[in-house]
Amino acid sequence: MKNRKTGYEAPLEKISPARKVLGFARDNTVPLMFILICAICIPLSGFSVNYLLAEIVTRISRNSFLILSLLIPIMAGMGLNFGMTLGAMAGEIGLILVSDWQIWGIPGMVLAMIISIPISIGLGVLCGKIMNMAKGREMITGYIMNYFINGIYQLIVLYAMGVVIPIIHSSIILPRGYGIRNTVSLLAMRQSLDNLIAIRINGVKIPVMTFVVIALLCLFIVWFRKTKLGQDMRAVGQDMEVARAAGINVERTRIISIVISTVLAGFGMIIYLQNMGNLSTYTAHSQIGMFCIAALLVGGASVDRATIGNVFLGVTLFHLMFIVAPSAGTALMGDSMIGEYFRVFVSYAVITLALIMYETKKRKASSKAARELALAQKLEEENK
Amino acid sequence: MEKTNVPLLEMKNVSKSFFGNQVLQDINFKLEAGQVLGLVGENGAGKSTLMKILFGMNVIKETGGYGGDILINGKKVVFETPFDALEAGIGMVHQEFSLIPGFTATENILLNREPQKKSVLSEVFGERLNTLDRKDMDERADGSIDKLGVHIDKELVVNHMPVGHKQFTEIARELSKDNMNILILDEPTAVLTEKEADALLESIRGMAKRGIAVIFITHRLQEILSVCDKVLVMRDGVIVKDTPAADTNVQEITRWMVGRSISGNPSKAAVATAEKERGKVIMSISRLWVDMPGETVRDVSLEVYEGEILGIGGLAGQGKLGIPNGIMGLYEAGGKVVFDGREIALNNPRKCLDSQLAFVSEDRRGVGLLLDESLEWNVSFPAMQIQNKFLKPYLGGLVKWRDEKAIEEVTNKYIKALQIKCTSSKQPAKELSGGNQQKICLAKAFALEPRFLFVSEPTRGIDVGAKSLVLDALKQFNRESGVTVVMISSELEELRSTCDRIAIVSGGKISGILPAVSASEDFGNLMVSNVR
Repeated sequence: MKNRKTGYEAPLEKISPARKVLGFARDNTVPLMFILICAICIPLSGFSVNYLLAEIVTRISRNSFLILSLLIPIMAGMGLNFGMTLGAMAGEIGLILVSDWQIWGIPGMVLAMIISIPISIGLGVLCGKIMNMAKGREMITGYIMNYFINGIYQLIVLYAMGVVIPIIHSSIILPRGYGIRNTVSLLAMRQSLDNLIAIRINGVKIPVMTFVVIALLCLFIVWFRKTKLGQDMRAVGQDMEVARAAGINVERTRIISIVISTVLAGFGMIIYLQNMGNLSTYTAHSQIGMFCIAALLVGGASVDRATIGNVFLGVTLFHLMFIVAPSAGTALMGDSMIGEYFRVFVSYAVITLALIMYETKKRKASSKAARELALAQKLEEENK
Repeated sequence: MEKTNVPLLEMKNVSKSFFGNQVLQDINFKLEAGQVLGLVGENGAGKSTLMKILFGMNVIKETGGYGGDILINGKKVVFETPFDALEAGIGMVHQEFSLIPGFTATENILLNREPQKKSVLSEVFGERLNTLDRKDMDERADGSIDKLGVHIDKELVVNHMPVGHKQFTEIARELSKDNMNILILDEPTAVLTEKEADALLESIRGMAKRGIAVIFITHRLQEILSVCDKVLVMRDGVIVKDTPAADTNVQEITRWMVGRSISGNPSKAAVATAEKERGKVIMSISRLWVDMPGETVRDVSLEVYEGEILGIGGLAGQGKLGIPNGIMGLYEAGGKVVFDGREIALNNPRKCLDSQLAFVSEDRRGVGLLLDESLEWNVSFPAMQIQNKFLKPYLGGLVKWRDEKAIEEVTNKYIKALQIKCTSSKQPAKELSGGNQQKICLAKAFALEPRFLFVSEPTRGIDVGAKSLVLDALKQFNRESGVTVVMISSELEELRSTCDRIAIVSGGKISGILPAVSASEDFGNLMVSNVR
C-alpha cells in the first residue's frame, strides 16, 4: 500500500520484516497449517514419492474442474455457496441417461454434458432467485437448498425413472422395474477422457487431455474476468448498492453467475465420474460441494476472494492429506479408520476456521479507522 | 432585467411534504449555464430534500412526489428515477461515497459505462460478453481527470486511496459523462484537507468556465464566497435569501442561516439558571476521540457540572452525535472520561450503565426500542436487565420472575406523566407515532433512575406539540430528580430554551461553550468556525 498523500497513515506503513512474516502467516494460516500436517504425515505414511505424485496428478485431474466452477459466484460476491452441487446432480442425470442408451466413451460424455446443460440452467436460475431473496446468507441458503433439491433428485431417480422417463437397461434399473440401482457402472466410459492422450513419465500417468480441458476452463475464467459481464460481477460482488446505482442489473448478474457455476459443475461432475468409473447414484453429489469448498479454502481462498492459484494449491494439499492420513493413522494408532474420520473432521474444521478468520479480518479492518484517529490525535499533540 | 435566453435550470414553486409535514415550500430559483450556485442552510433546512427532488431520487416518489415545476432549458421535466436525471444531464456527487472498493479509479470512473470490444463469443451470447477496452478506458479516465484539473492516480485502488481522492474520483466520474451540464456537489469539501479543498474550488471554477452549472452545498461559508456566483440561503424549508455572492459576507449569511429573530429572547428560566451557582464537576471528559462514521470526534475535552443541563450543538456530521455514542460505548472511542471521581471504561456499554449513566439514542428505532414488544417491556427492560428492578426473587434468589404488576404500574405512571398516546401499556411500540416513541425512550431512561442522562436529538422528527412536551419532561426530570442532563440537538433554538450552557462542536472539536443567553449569531459563528 503506497501512500504519498496523507500524513496520518504514514507511520502505519513502516512494517518491520518480522511483522511482515507474521502478517503473511496470518493471511495464509490455513494453507500453512496443511503444509505442516502433510510434512508430518508423509514420512509417517511411508509412501514412495512416485506413488504420491501419481495419486496427486490423478486427483488434480479429477477434481480441479469441479472446484474451478466455484470461482465465478465468489467473484460475484455470492460467497462459497453450494449451488455447484445442483449442477453435479444435473451431470449425474445426464450420465444415467447415456449409460441407459449405451452410448459410451467420449460421445457418451459429450452427450451427458449436453443433457446436463438445460437441467443445470434450470436449477441455477432457481437457486439464483432464491439466493437473491437471501442476500448475504448465500452459503447457508445454498446448503439447505441442496437437501431440498436432493429430495427432488431422489424422487426422479428412484420413482420417475423407469415409469415416466423410460429406462430399459437391466444393469441400471432396479429389479422391481422402476428406479435406478445404487451404483451405476461407468466401466465402459472409465477414464475415456483421461486415456485419450495419456503419457507416462517415470511411471506416473499424466492424462493430458483432461489437463487440456482444465486449462481451457482456466483460460475461460481469465478471459471472463475481462468481459463486461465479468466486470459487472466484480462490481456487484464488492458493493451491490453502488453497482445498482450505476445501472447494473444486480439480481440478473447474480443469477447468471450461479448459472455459469452450475453448468460448469455439471461438466465437472461428469469429468470426475469418468475418472472414478462408477456412479453412486444417491450419494455421489452429497459431499462433493463440501469437499470442493474445503479444498478451495485450503488453497488460501476466502469467502470473497478466490483465484485459480488457490484451486490448484488447495486441491494438491487437501488431497495429499487425504492420501497420507489413513496410512499415517494406521502407523500412529494402528487403525486406518482414524484417517478416514480425520478427513471428514478436517474438512468441516477448515471451513469453520476459514469463516471465523474472514469475520475477524473484517472486524479488524473496521477498527483500523479508529486506530488511525487515535494516532492522528497523538501526532497532533507531539507537534504542539 | 429580462434575459432573452431561458435559464438552464429553473424551479418554480417547488414544494414537498413528508406525511403532512411541510419541509419545502415555495422554492423558486434560476440557474444559468456556467454559474456556480452556493446552497447553504442549517441541518433540516431542506437542502438535501431539494436536491433529492432535482435528482429524481426514489424516496421522493415513494412519499407522494412534490409540488411545483422543474424546468430544464425552459422545458418541464419530471424525473421518475435518478437515471432519468442522469439522462437529462444532471450529475450528483453524494455525501456518501458511491465507489466500488476493489476497483481502480479508472474502473470506478467508467463504472457500467466501460468502452467495449466485440468478440466472437459476444456475437453469439450478447453484448455483456464484450471484452473491456482497457486502453480506451484509460484514455477516457485521463480525459475526465484532466477536466477535473486535480491529479489523481488512476491505477490506485479505491480501498487504498485517501478520502480526498475518493471524492475526486466521484467527481471525475460525473465529469466523464459527456452530456452532463448540471453538477450537484453535496458537501464535497467535508472530507477534504484544506489543500485538497482549494484544489476542488479551483476545479469548480474550471468547470464553470466550460459551461457546466454547479450547485455547491457546503457548510464552509468562506468557500461559497470564494467560488460561487450566487448564494441561496435556506431556512425551515424556504429560501430566505437569494443574492449574488459578491454582495454578502460570512456574518450576513450566518445570520440568515440561524437567525429566527436575531435578538433571540431566551426563556427567563434559562437566564435564571445561567446565574445559578455551578455545582461540582460530575463528569470530566478529556482527549476523547470517537470513530463514529460520519460523526467523528477528535480530541474533545469537556466538563459537565452536577445538576445542569448542558447542550451540545453543531452542524450535522461535525461530531456532536459521536460524543454520547462514544462515551456510552456504542462506537469505538479513546481518551479519558471521569464520572464522579471514577474513570469510566470506554467501549463497554454495560460499565457505563452500571455507573448510573443513561443514554437516549438518536436512533430510536434501531437502538432505542424493541419495536415488536409492548410498552411495558420497553420501559422496564433496561432497568430489569441492569438493576434487577421489577423482579421478584423465588427460592432464595435462585429464580427471578418478572413482577408484572410493578412493571404495569411504572409504565402507566410514565404514560400519564409524559402524556403518551396509546391504547394501553400492552400496545407494541412500533404502533406508536414518532413523538410517542420518543417519549417511551425517555420513559425507559427515566425508569433507570440515572444520575446522568445523555439525550441525543430528542425532538428529531416529531411535531411541535410533542417537542415542547418532551423538552418540558426533560427539564422537569432535571429539576426534580437533580439529574445532570447532556442534550445533543441540531436545533439551536431548542437548546437555547432548554439548556444552561451550550457547547458547539465543529470539525469534531469543541469550538466554544457559551451560556444559553448568548446571541444566536455567536453560536452560528462557532458552528462554522472549523468545519471540516
